[in-house]
Amino acid sequence: MSHIRRHLVWLAVALLGAWALGTVALTRGESISALWIVVAAVCVYLIAYRYYSLFIAQRVLGLDATRSTPAWRHNDGLDYVPTNKHVLFGHHFAAIAGAGPLVGPVLAAQMGYVPGLLWLLAGVVFAGAVQDFIVLFISTRRDGRSLGDLVKQEMGTVPGLIALFGTFMIMIIILAVLALIVVKALAESPWGAFTVAATIPVALFMGVYLRYIRPGRIAEVSVIGFVLLMAAIFGGQAVAADPVWGPAFTFDGKTLTWMLIGYGFIAASLPVWLLLAPRDYLSTFLKIGTIVALAIGIVVVAPTLEMPPITQFAQGNGPVWSGSLFPFLFITIACGAVSGFHALISSGTTPKMLENETHARYIGYGGMLAESFVAVMALVAASCINPGIYFAMNSPAALVGSTPDAVAATLSTWGFVVTPEMLVQTAKDVGEHTILGRAGGAPTLAVGMAHILHQVAGGPAMMAFWYHFAILFEALFILTAVDAGTRAGRFMLQDLLGSFVPALKRTDSLPANLIATALCVGAWGYFLYQGVVDPLGGINTLWPLFGISNQMLAAVALMLGTVVLFRMKRERFAWVTIAPAAWLLACTLTAGWQKIFSADPKVGFLSHAAKYADGIAQGTVIAPAKTVEAMSRIVLNDRINAGLCALFIFVVLSVLFYSVRACLQARAANRPTAHETPFEALPEAAR
Amino acid sequence: MSGDPAGSSSAGRPLQAARDAVQAVATGGRYLAQSLRLMVGLPDYDAYLSHQERTHPGEPVMSYAEFFRDRQDARYGGKGRIGRCC
Repeated sequence: MSHIRRHLVWLAVALLGAWALGTVALTRGESISALWIVVAAVCVYLIAYRYYSLFIAQRVLGLDATRSTPAWRHNDGLDYVPTNKHVLFGHHFAAIAGAGPLVGPVLAAQMGYVPGLLWLLAGVVFAGAVQDFIVLFISTRRDGRSLGDLVKQEMGTVPGLIALFGTFMIMIIILAVLALIVVKALAESPWGAFTVAATIPVALFMGVYLRYIRPGRIAEVSVIGFVLLMAAIFGGQAVAADPVWGPAFTFDGKTLTWMLIGYGFIAASLPVWLLLAPRDYLSTFLKIGTIVALAIGIVVVAPTLEMPPITQFAQGNGPVWSGSLFPFLFITIACGAVSGFHALISSGTTPKMLENETHARYIGYGGMLAESFVAVMALVAASCINPGIYFAMNSPAALVGSTPDAVAATLSTWGFVVTPEMLVQTAKDVGEHTILGRAGGAPTLAVGMAHILHQVAGGPAMMAFWYHFAILFEALFILTAVDAGTRAGRFMLQDLLGSFVPALKRTDSLPANLIATALCVGAWGYFLYQGVVDPLGGINTLWPLFGISNQMLAAVALMLGTVVLFRMKRERFAWVTIAPAAWLLACTLTAGWQKIFSADPKVGFLSHAAKYADGIAQGTVIAPAKTVEAMSRIVLNDRINAGLCALFIFVVLSVLFYSVRACLQARAANRPTAHETPFEALPEAAR
Repeated sequence: MSGDPAGSSSAGRPLQAARDAVQAVATGGRYLAQSLRLMVGLPDYDAYLSHQERTHPGEPVMSYAEFFRDRQDARYGGKGRIGRCC
């Protein structure tokens, strides 16, 4: 009897969730409150956590509460420390939540909020959270090894190297696309440019303070830094209004690109304590604070969803990104549903601090559910602003025009009611000259957040403040990621190149470091520049490349999980990883193939290149390019991007080949063949 | 710890409950602070000290400032470390 009663409350949660989800999915015509989405999402997460993750923990993986963890075996008080599970949850969540879950859903909102929401929920429950959980488990049972090592150990050296190389290329694309988001947000915006530039001296001051004045007082210096940042936002307002300083801080995309490239090179060469670390503190705390504030804001304000549940662009041919719902929705929303990059975090610092193996469920599966909720909030923020404004901000000028009148006229032919006055007024409300052509997610999210948060605090007068607060918060952690990513990429590159030129491998040699840093910055800088000058907006090209590569890494992680399950002789449960891996393979391989070979020049790189190559051959200039040189650059970029897509496809197919081989070998063996660290009982004190 | 005279159970129970609540808030606050520090890569200094005392008694330990620098270098300077997601 009590057995049944225990499930009754969960039945109630399930019914509530089904009701909310039904309301969201079946609404036609009238706008509904965003709270329906929130309730639906939370109920789905609760049910999935209570039942599916428990099933994985107990039946599939067989988590063992009496088994020792790396934190106990190698306890050094530094890297390996048994850590309270709630404390570790915070650490893990802060590491996995970044710009990804905020940007993808905003871009996906062009199809309406229902397709994005359904993929976010289904994706996290069956793919994303499963991946994070299983990789954390695998790494914990192997002394906290990294993903590359795990692939090498369970599948062989060649797939290990291939995975490492794939990871490096993914990193380059991520850095380029993140930097592009910053450029799109700061171009022609003196307020934003000043505020973000001001973070550099603020961070330098914090760095010196933490190093020499009051060593290690993180809380103190973070409060000081936060106050200075807020002052910088108000200062930015004054700068933008100033007749001299305003124009001085107004930069176009190309100038910003060169500034960012220079910044990336210098920042990655400075000592870490001076710039990177203090800015990381600010951006981490600001990120957590803003996520909490947004959650409170959505619940308090309960904004109405203005975006239609499904728009006509769900058929494909949307202005923000091209391609049909399958497969492109599933690569546009990567982080938040499933993100391969998390496999690197789950096999990074977290497994070294796990107090008990059973906590992997709460931290791995639960942490990813929390990130998915962040993505749902971003979807809400993008869907609660006027759809006309959403499309005005995110459509490239080549498609909709570049003046408020032209944009409003084009959008009304698409069925979105917006007047030129509304576009001008919105720009004025948020303290900008223009909001047109600001694709990339960050500005749209900032308008949505300002729309929600000014109703909580400050009223309409504070709208501009909240907008620039949101821009600052995104730019801050993107710049931190650019800096940290360039360093990580440099080390990877030195490792890879070191195999051929041993002198380059020495991480203590200044010339070797500078060469590797320059190569790394040059690589992402190339893709960034290409995106900035792309008349179709750059996001159109780079975001799908990022999505494809990130989801392919997730497929690699899930294939690793499958191999491990086979090696553990638990293949009867291997569908838990095979099903999401197969889905991701289907999405990414289809998307990759279409990006290369689609006959539609909006989607396929090669047909786009052919169109421009034909133009060059016939001596005609094809808009939006203005010169023949611009056209030949487009052709070259298209071919490089196609080659990159082909490379990603090769990486994922070869890992697939090696995992199938490893699974067959494991099946043929008559005993478990997983390379786990031998069982050791948890110390008495830890029980 | 020693303020409450034993035996006054009628007055002791609410007092005890209040004390438990204060304790719970204090523990929660400590965990929150620990978690915020760990988010930026700084583990618990007290845990490090007690670990050193337990496993290497008598050996010199890092001061808080040294510990802080060591962890900062480990988080950002480490080989091929990727501390965060996109």
